[in-house]
Amino acid sequence: MNIIETCELGKRYGTSWALRDCTLTLPAGHLAALVGPNGAGKSTLMNMTAGLTAATSGTVTVLGGHPAGSPAALNGVAFVAQDAPVYRNLSAGDMLHLTRNLNQRFDTSFARERLADLGIPLNKKAGKLSGGQQSQLALTLALARRPRLLILDEPLAALDPIARQDFLAAVMTAMTDDGVSVLLSSHQVAELERVADFLIVLSRAQLQVAGEVDDLLAGHRLLTGPTAEADECGGRLTVVQTRRGDAQTHLLVTTSDAAAPVPPGWESHQVSLEEVVMAYLRSPGVSQPAPLTRVQRPQPTEATR
Amino acid sequence: MSVLTLPAQPGQDTAPPPVPWRGMAWVTWRQQRALLISVPAVLAAVAVALVIFGLKAHHDYAALVNCPLNQGRQSGACQKLFSHFNSTDWPLANTVSILVALAPVLIGAFAGAPLLARELESGSYRFAWTQGLGRERQVIAKLVLVGIALVILAGAFGGLFSWFFQPFLWTEQMNRLTTEGVFASGGIVFPAFTLVAFMIGAFLGMLLRRVIPALAATLGGYLVIRLAAWGVRKYYPLAVVTGNSKVFSQFGTPSVPGYPWILSTWVTGPGGQPASQSITNGILNGPPGGSVPPGYTEWNRWIPLTHYWPMQCIEAGWLLVIAAALMAGTVWLVRHRAA
Repeated sequence: MNIIETCELGKRYGTSWALRDCTLTLPAGHLAALVGPNGAGKSTLMNMTAGLTAATSGTVTVLGGHPAGSPAALNGVAFVAQDAPVYRNLSAGDMLHLTRNLNQRFDTSFARERLADLGIPLNKKAGKLSGGQQSQLALTLALARRPRLLILDEPLAALDPIARQDFLAAVMTAMTDDGVSVLLSSHQVAELERVADFLIVLSRAQLQVAGEVDDLLAGHRLLTGPTAEADECGGRLTVVQTRRGDAQTHLLVTTSDAAAPVPPGWESHQVSLEEVVMAYLRSPGVSQPAPLTRVQRPQPTEATR
Repeated sequence: MSVLTLPAQPGQDTAPPPVPWRGMAWVTWRQQRALLISVPAVLAAVAVALVIFGLKAHHDYAALVNCPLNQGRQSGACQKLFSHFNSTDWPLANTVSILVALAPVLIGAFAGAPLLARELESGSYRFAWTQGLGRERQVIAKLVLVGIALVILAGAFGGLFSWFFQPFLWTEQMNRLTTEGVFASGGIVFPAFTLVAFMIGAFLGMLLRRVIPALAATLGGYLVIRLAAWGVRKYYPLAVVTGNSKVFSQFGTPSVPGYPWILSTWVTGPGGQPASQSITNGILNGPPGGSVPPGYTEWNRWIPLTHYWPMQCIEAGWLLVIAAALMAGTVWLVRHRAA
């Protein structure tokens, strides 16, 4: 099942497009990392998937075909927006009670246990908690809803390194125990490399990359060789990014054939996720040539414009 | 409603049944707790003051009620009672009546404007509108629950004010029908105005998305409705037209309680033609009860005091229609206006 499917999704504010022509398929059971520079459209994409914002063009469906924002979608999708919004005047205990009343499914005992483990007092006003505690509270409320899709907009921003690890550990536990799919945006690509198995890169309101991390890493190589031969070598391959030095040039190339021979005089290295992401972000015009996912592509529906 | 862990499985998502309103009542109470406590508290404090001064006013009134209203015919004792009444009881009652005229907009603006605008301003809508219950049902529940609470409070308060002001209707020769401050501050019109002010606040709060501009705009909107009501009241289809051969003969003197609301007066001559201006002036400026020259008839278009409740129902009726339209508009804005 595709947990998120967009078809030429776009959002325009006034005359400028925050997101444009985004066609993306995210299969269930993955932790998808959504990366991109500020203003690339990450929050816009997440808001539309969560049903907060209506699309200007295109469609987005979640949980195997439910339109984003429909009652079935709201029921199965938990969203934690940037800065982990909670009602600042309500205590954590009140927030639990409130979330329970606003949802069909809510595991109160799980939420209380988790807050107790994290040391978040139930009777303190949420506005008086630290930034990290607020993030944890928001995540607890989201997880206690037992969603099938969890969308987190820059959840790690307010957390110290230990809290970040704990947060990601909690998310991974939810994934393995309950089969929750996760879409998470962050600037910390290195940290996500350990946990994410799907990557989405947005840049300047366009989708650059969308695919499984394993496939991406297998499908890109870093070629290092003499600068004099760089143009000739690069002309024969699909180059994502060129880094030219006086003597040496690094080419990050895509390759559909892992066994393709390396040009003589050149070295081939495997790439890390961060290198791939940085290469694409620095080359905004380049996008991944074909989706590398193994799941079937979305069928065009009559809702496309 | 706490449920054990449900494993995520595709195909189990049928259309979810509606979530119970009782849960939403707790949510509304907790989110609006400050409002739902402070408004009744203030009203209760004012009510206690009204009861205390009302008892005093009624006591003083009981002593006055046998005195004639015409100052020329009052005995010395009566004049003393009247001057005491007019210097102590009446100024307070006057001030209170002005405050009560403003009460609907104060309650409505401070209850309605922040209801949605604060969620949008503070960003907490990003939490609330992604919960399973959905934004529309939450907003409808909030508007209905808070609206009902305000109507009940305003109805009780308006009734108390009517009791408080009743002696002054006679001493100040006011009229439940004609005096704007009395008609709109009692009966069912007072809670209707409060509800309309609340709905104006909620609608403008959703439209403008900021609390302070919504408050200001609500005051303006309420003023418009209040003026419109004052202007349109005389056109309610309840007026009676009667002709007399004596001037204002059936109404007695204006100082007698029961004096109706006279909308217009005119004189017709023989054959039903309108009389000339000079003759009309001559007739109408004569003493009340004086005879009209033969062949001429004095006509009045007036609303009797017994039509007080039908008038209240008409006014409350169109106010409720406006409130319902504003509520529908608010829900429409919530559904269609992207966050």
